[in-house]
Formats: sequence, structure tokens, C-alpha cells
Amino acid sequence: MSYLKGFLVTFRQIFQKRVTTPYPSQKRAKPERLHGRHVLGRYEDGMEKCIGCELCAGVCPANCIYVRGADNPIENPVSPGERYGFVYEINYLRCIHCDLCVEACPTGAITESKMFEFSFTNRNDAIYTREELLVDSESGKPKQLPWEDWREGEDLNTSGWLRATSPNGDASYEGQIAWSGDLGYGIRKAEIGQSDTETLEEEQ
Amino acid sequence: MMIIASDPLLSSDIGFSVVAIMLLKVVIAFALLMVSVMLVIWFERKIVADMHNRVGPSLAGPWGILQTLADGIKLFFKEDLLPERADRVVFRLAPYLSLVPAFLSFAIVPIGGDFTNGGDGTVSIFGHRTLLQVADPPVGILLFLALSSIAVYGVMLAGWSSGSKYPLLGSVRASAQMISYEAALGLSMATVFLFSGTLSTSGIVSGQATWNWNLVSTGFIPFIIFVIAGTAELNRPPFDLVEAEQELVGGFHTEYSSIRFALFFLAEFMNMITMSAIAVTLFLGGPNGPILIKQIAWVWPILWFFLKVMAFLFTFVWLRATLPRLRYDQLMDLGWKLLIPASLGWFLLIAALNIGEDRGWSTFLIVPIGLIVLSLAALLLNGAIKKAKDSSLHAADLSEISEGVDQ
Repeated sequence: MSYLKGFLVTFRQIFQKRVTTPYPSQKRAKPERLHGRHVLGRYEDGMEKCIGCELCAGVCPANCIYVRGADNPIENPVSPGERYGFVYEINYLRCIHCDLCVEACPTGAITESKMFEFSFTNRNDAIYTREELLVDSESGKPKQLPWEDWREGEDLNTSGWLRATSPNGDASYEGQIAWSGDLGYGIRKAEIGQSDTETLEEEQ
Repeated sequence: MMIIASDPLLSSDIGFSVVAIMLLKVVIAFALLMVSVMLVIWFERKIVADMHNRVGPSLAGPWGILQTLADGIKLFFKEDLLPERADRVVFRLAPYLSLVPAFLSFAIVPIGGDFTNGGDGTVSIFGHRTLLQVADPPVGILLFLALSSIAVYGVMLAGWSSGSKYPLLGSVRASAQMISYEAALGLSMATVFLFSGTLSTSGIVSGQATWNWNLVSTGFIPFIIFVIAGTAELNRPPFDLVEAEQELVGGFHTEYSSIRFALFFLAEFMNMITMSAIAVTLFLGGPNGPILIKQIAWVWPILWFFLKVMAFLFTFVWLRATLPRLRYDQLMDLGWKLLIPASLGWFLLIAALNIGEDRGWSTFLIVPIGLIVLSLAALLLNGAIKKAKDSSLHAADLSEISEGVDQ
């Protein structure tokens, strides 16, 4: 009779809840810190954050980032520093979204969005250029490319916020904001981190 | 005059209108079968998805009901590959050997008509009376058995002509499986013939008109054997060793692509429908059932037939969702050592009862004597199987030992 028990098990499933999400029309909410495609940030005055130091390219384990820095034009500087990212390319056929470039960046210029659903029809499209990665100079929002399936809210929390409450891995920075403001967003609040920030403030 | 069919349509002079009605029946049966195959594939995918807690096809048409159509169109436009080492002629022929018998065997199934209250199951079309089945040959069910034997060739030749190892293995399995289960299938059918006294499908159905379904009068055992053997004959789970994905990729149709693959697929599901319809005809009284509203009396038999077939189709899907695949030796053991002896024994018992009734023997004597004889036979069979198993185990032990010595 135990042979027939299995039939009951399968029959009962008919009336149970489905676990499938009808994917392209309906998406599951993404985790807050999902590693998607990169975004190059700007300061609140519209200046680019990238200083062309190539640390991201150096740390990249997949060798997918190509950066060339150049001296800022004196009369019309692109970034507040001495140099700026003249060429900035990320090859998404190679990128493994490890986020090491985000951690390496000294100015918090490169961050990752939650956007990972894109498909290209040729290899050139897979290489995102500086213009494509940079946020919009007016609104500070990431630019959506034609082949990207981007839903509402997926471009939020793309900037310094990603670097968590403890930048540089130093626990004494926990709960302290140690990043610069972003165009369109200003200085973002720190996320309530590993320990309760309120008690931290009381101690100080 | 030689009787070629018991259909009253053909008993009178065959004129233009009779030919037209026959053609109409053929076209309707063909269209009905094609559309129902389309819907059955969708039905199976939907139900299996339900049993897996999935959604199933949902994008093509409402509830994904046009999914099969979309798949069919897609397959039409795919490249038609011919393997280099394939036997070209046979490779092209095989799908049709599979498909044509699948179509033809549905022709003998009565899908409607009122057989109750002395009715002969005929309906009136354009002033002619005819059965609601394409053909009603006196050989009836034997035609079905013959055609399903031909369908084995389709599967076997497809695998053989592909010139590839997986299809070959699949087709070897298929031919062994289908031939061995056909014996049990035929023997369980034979029990039905003892009661109906005819092979004609309309005759079998009219014999069950008064709720005396063969399911009960043959004592359930032949029905159970028929369903198991039928599932094996269809190569459906849990007997789908022919196309066991994990072992044989796709089995006999691994090398097939495009529309030729679609033909195999079509034949497979058509066989599933036909097997359900035959089971309904043989054991569940075909289209017989209560006629509830007299004004649309002709609808009810068709409706009952449809519901009964649906119950079978659901069972086939349910089996697929529930049971894991049998191992090949288990499959052969079940077929040869259980189903064939059981169906043969039951057949003999029923035959003895029938003869006893004719001769006026006491039923109280026949049943115990029959059971004693059958259990003796079962004991002998068991002993033989056990002896064979022991000696083969012994031989295996010996060969293992000798291998050990070699090493």
C-alpha cells in the first residue's frame, strides 16, 4: 500500500501554492547589495569622481577593466583632482562581479548597481565605455542602455552607500559616513550596520 | 457475401452520399485526433507542472493552451538533420511507420452513439444510419493489436537507421519491451472477448450497455493488467526505458529533428489517446452512460466517452509524476514472470467458468479446483524462477572467482 501513498503525495501538490515566479513579466525583489553592472559616480557639483588611478584595473581578477588616466584640462576640469579617467572600459563578457574594484577605488567613483539582466547581440556592446558607465550629468541616475531590462528601483543605492558602514574594513568606522556626496542623492545615510548605531552614538 | 463491416451505412448500396459520409467521418476523426493530441500535450504539461508545484506553459494563448501549436510551428522551421551514417530511406520512413498506425488504430473506436435500451449505437446523418466510428471491421480489436505491432517497427527502425549508439540501444529496448508486453495486453483483452463473444468494438460496447461493464464482469484483474501493460506498450513512465533521458539522451529519436521528431511526438501522444480509448471501449463500457437530458440525447454518449478517456489520460500523467523509472530487468521480470502468467491464469479461470456455465457444472466446484490448479502452476513457475536465479547467481559467483584468480 505504501506504493499508493506516492500517488496521494503528487495529487495533493495540485492544490498547493506555486513556487514559480513568471520571470520576465514579474521579478523577485533583489537583495540590497546585489552585485550588478557598474556605475561611475559624480560629485554633487557634477564633477566625475574617477581620478584615473587604475587601481580598479590593477585589482580586477578577471582583467576586465581598462583605464587610462589623463591630466585634467586646466580651463575645464573633468574631475576635482589632478587627473581623470580618460578611457574607462569594462568588458562584461569577463566581469565576474566580485566588487573588488569598488573596494579598491579611493574616491568611491565606481560602484555596482543591482542591474544584471542584459544581453548583447555583439561583442562590442559587451564592452561598456566611460560614457555608458557614467551617471547622467543632470539627474545623477545611471544610464539605461537599450538592451538592459531595468525595472523601477533597480537603479537605487548605486553609489557610496554600497561601501557599507565600515569602509576600509576598519571596525572603528562602523556607523560613520566616510564617503562623499553623489549627484542627485547628496550624502547618503549609513546603513544600520553590524552593531546598533544608536548605542555607538551614545558612547561617543 | 463477405462481411467487411457491421456498419449499417455499408450494408445498403454504396452511392455517392455514402462515400461522402465516409469521407466526412475520416476527416472529422483526423481533425479530432490532431486537435486532441495538441490539447493532450498541453494537458499533460499543465498537470505535471501542477504536481511539481510549477506553472507550466502559460504564455502561448490563454493558460498556454496554444503551446503545442507554437512548438509545432517552431519544429517546422528547424533544420532537418540527417546523420551521416544513417540509412537514408529507412530513416525517413520510420516516423511514418510510427504515425500511420497511430492514426489508423483510432478508426475502430466508437466515440458515441446510444447503445442502451436495445439501441445499436447508430446515429442518423443525411438519411443514412451509421456508427460513430470510422470503421467497424469484424476483426475489431485485432486490428488494433496488429497496428500496434507495426508501430514497433517505426520505433525499431528509427533507432536502427540512425547509425548511432543511443538510438540503437533505445530501439532494442523498445522492441523487446513492446513485444513482451503485447502478450500480456492481448491475454487481458482475450478475457474480454470471452464475455463479449465478438471482436468488433461496437459489439463489445453494446455488450456492456446495461451497466455490466467488463471491468466488473471480468473481475478487475484483466483491467489492471491491461492498464499496466498498456502503459508499457506506450513507453510511458514508469516504463519509459526506451527514451530514458539519463541513459540514452532521447532514445530512439535522439538523431531526429525538425518535423520528423514532431511526427514521433505526435504518434506517441496519439497512441496514448488511442490506448485510453481502447481501454474505455473494452472495460468501461465505451460511450455507455446515463442519458440525462432527452432533448440532446446524442451528446451524452460522446460526453461520457470523453470523460472516461480523460480519466485515463489523467492517470497516465499521474503515473509519470509519481513513479520512478523501472530498471530494465525489473521491467522484464514484471512482464514475463508476473503479468503474462497472471493474465493467462485469469483467462483460463474465466474460460473454465464460462464452459462450466454452458455444461451446467457447479460453480462451487470449478472455482476451488481452478484456484488449486492455478496455485500449483504458480508454485511450479516460482520454483523454476528460483532455480534459474540460483544457478545464474552460482555461475556469476564462479566467474567472479575465476576473474579473481586471473588478477
